[in-house]
Amino acid sequence: MIPISNYLFLSTALMTIGVLGVLTRRNMVIILMSVELILNAVNINLVAFSHYWGTVHGQTFAIFIIADAAAEVAVGLGLLIALFRNKEVVNADQIELLKW
Amino acid sequence: MDQFFFYMFSAVILVMALLCVTAKNAVHSAIFLIGTLLGVAGLYLHLGAEFLAGVQVILYVGGIMVLFLFVIMLVNIDQTLKEAIFSGQWKLGLIGVALLGVELVWFVAKGTGLPEKPETHAAAPAAAQLGNVQQVGDVLFQSYLLPFEIASILLLVAMVGAVVMAKKRI
Repeated sequence: MIPISNYLFLSTALMTIGVLGVLTRRNMVIILMSVELILNAVNINLVAFSHYWGTVHGQTFAIFIIADAAAEVAVGLGLLIALFRNKEVVNADQIELLKW
Repeated sequence: MDQFFFYMFSAVILVMALLCVTAKNAVHSAIFLIGTLLGVAGLYLHLGAEFLAGVQVILYVGGIMVLFLFVIMLVNIDQTLKEAIFSGQWKLGLIGVALLGVELVWFVAKGTGLPEKPETHAAAPAAAQLGNVQQVGDVLFQSYLLPFEIASILLLVAMVGAVVMAKKRI
């Protein structure tokens, strides 16, 4: 029996790696992938607590999060394609239309 | 055995995630992300969430990652391979990430334990005889029916939004 704090530490580490990717990478595709890492860290938490309490409510929430991740990726990649068609860039720090 | 699987999957998840964030080539990054997602699916299996593990493999690895790879192929310019992979704010980002990690670890380590499991779960053994899929289905279509419908509308909106974004002329 593994204590639940181990799952929390794993999820913390995974989320920290995801935030690292969001904050430091330039390629927007990889930023979106890092967001996926963060969402997976949340899912690990939910499923671990679901296992702890012996109910499936946490797993149900994880399913909703996966659906949201799919929606987020679809819209995010659509934005990326629209941006690439107009400006030919994929790096987040080259998009500075609103910068003054 | 329990411990062995937990630490093996944890190692796979963390190593693959680090490689995913630091890989130079976006395609390699996607492959490492697939490794992470499969590790998370294994962890779900280990936690007794079989249905979620299947959803993870089919939806994430089979659906979302194919979308990612498709877009990488579409917008991949060789020029990005020669440029710096980290933005100019990486030092600031590293400081922020370190602070966030310290804070989260502190909270988890200092936590005063979980509340006791309620005794009302006496009915749980009867439910445990059902399969995991059946349990999830029962909860999803009884307790969470309205959120389920809202999620379907969200997916519809996302689909329309993605088409509007990616299409040249509407």
